[in-house]
Amino acid sequence: MRNLLPILTIVAAILVMWYVAATALNAPWARDQAARAGVTLSVREVIADTWAQDKPRLPAPHQVAAEIWNTTGAMVLDGRGFSKRSLFYHSWITFSATALGFVLGTALGIALAIGIVYNRTMDMSVMPWVIASQTIPILAIAPMIIVVLNAVGISGLLPKAIISMYLSFFPVVVGMVKGLRSPGVMQLDQMRTWHASGRQTFWHLRLPSSLPYLFTSLKVAMAASLVGAIVGELPTGAVAGLGARLLAGSYYGQTIQIWSALIMAATLAALLVGLIGLLQRITLKRMGMA
Amino acid sequence: MNTDTVISARNLSLSFQTNDGPVHALKDVTLEVCKGDFVSFIGPSGCGKTTFLRCMADLEHPTGGTITVNGMSAEAARKSRAYGYVFQAAGLYPWRTIAGNIRLPLEIMGYPRADQDTRIKRVVDLVDLTGFENRFPWQLSGGMQQRASIARALAFDADILLMDEPFGALDEIVRDHLNEQLLDLWRRTDKTICFVTHSIPEAVYLSTRIVVMSPRPGRITDVIDSPLPRERPLDIRETSAFLKIAHRVREGLRAGHGDDL
Repeated sequence: MRNLLPILTIVAAILVMWYVAATALNAPWARDQAARAGVTLSVREVIADTWAQDKPRLPAPHQVAAEIWNTTGAMVLDGRGFSKRSLFYHSWITFSATALGFVLGTALGIALAIGIVYNRTMDMSVMPWVIASQTIPILAIAPMIIVVLNAVGISGLLPKAIISMYLSFFPVVVGMVKGLRSPGVMQLDQMRTWHASGRQTFWHLRLPSSLPYLFTSLKVAMAASLVGAIVGELPTGAVAGLGARLLAGSYYGQTIQIWSALIMAATLAALLVGLIGLLQRITLKRMGMA
Repeated sequence: MNTDTVISARNLSLSFQTNDGPVHALKDVTLEVCKGDFVSFIGPSGCGKTTFLRCMADLEHPTGGTITVNGMSAEAARKSRAYGYVFQAAGLYPWRTIAGNIRLPLEIMGYPRADQDTRIKRVVDLVDLTGFENRFPWQLSGGMQQRASIARALAFDADILLMDEPFGALDEIVRDHLNEQLLDLWRRTDKTICFVTHSIPEAVYLSTRIVVMSPRPGRITDVIDSPLPRERPLDIRETSAFLKIAHRVREGLRAGHGDDL
């Protein structure tokens, strides 16, 4: 509860800045419209108008909040909580691609890290490619993945998940390589004195030692997965998902819809990363490492 | 070499290349350790005492000479789990309980579960940690953690115990107490112990033989057979016999150092 006051202060400051910015950005349109209609607006009227436009450059917070409520809570009360116009529906679509991509990316990342730690050839050769893969803008490669997979008959969830995977395996590789190499010389020598096999050293020492590093990587990977899923939704023709909402919003200048989708994406990211954080706390506490 | 020789080193050398030329960590070291001996290795840092111990454990590979442990090569001895090794730090796994840590080498070596349990019970009792089996390492003091690591090295019945400054990081009072317990344990189990230290009183108090080493190149300068009885109360350290050995060790260390000091 002690943390509440600082957080609320920051939120209040952001809201104030947001309202001021909305006024500044939307005022020219309000004045322009007034000039065309041949009326002059008082300052109070200008401000009121900038906070209530249909397609503002920057929608005011209460407009975004109302839009979010209308597409979530209000629809639930109507019994249409999962209709195709509901943000819950779109969030679910994006979440399923995010989750699958996250799982695939984590598996790929761990597999590559094990290869890099245990195989000298992979150690020398794989890392530069892993880094190179992340320097290619995802926006450039995403449509190609969609098109190529579509050509071989794969569409729907998997192409988006693969784009998620493409972004999320990277932090896992980097973190796991460091984690698997974290046991000290003494601990490895100790395993040698017991004549432990490589497999035993991995399961008993390297893998448990790497978990703190893994969890930190998973948080980054989860956020990256969500970005990947949203980007993956853009070139699919904007059928469903938060990315589709963003794209549709920008086609029709629906800034309020864009912002509500953005806020929803941010909330989803916060929830998912928070979930990993919770798992991390519980696991590491039980392992005596937190 | 007589029949109860456990460790035998002949002209053992180990050198490695650095940018300033070759460094002789060990040069022409010859020593025999007999069954039931408590041998301490003492000397300033860089004298090769730890390197020698690591050669016995096959953690380091000599560049010259031979070393046998239980009549076989150090590598074969390591693979037959001939020794338990206690490092300077306890090195317990934080995610395992004390019993779980002691169980680790037993799991690795494939002991049956029931056998693991009896062994854990026995060694926990031996190092006086009964009642702490289900605690985690962070719940124990440094001295208790080191005792747990000794129990772990004893659990699989190796006849040889190699200890690399196991009490180096502990304070004097804890160290005295652990020395007493270690002696008691050695008498009860009839293990052969090689013990690296740089404390003269510790070496004299514990050992049946004291090996004094000196650096550049790492070599043995004196081997002292202790006339002290196997039964040693802590206040034996006030007797003239004890002080005489301590004096000889100190002389040996000084001579080995030459005019470096």
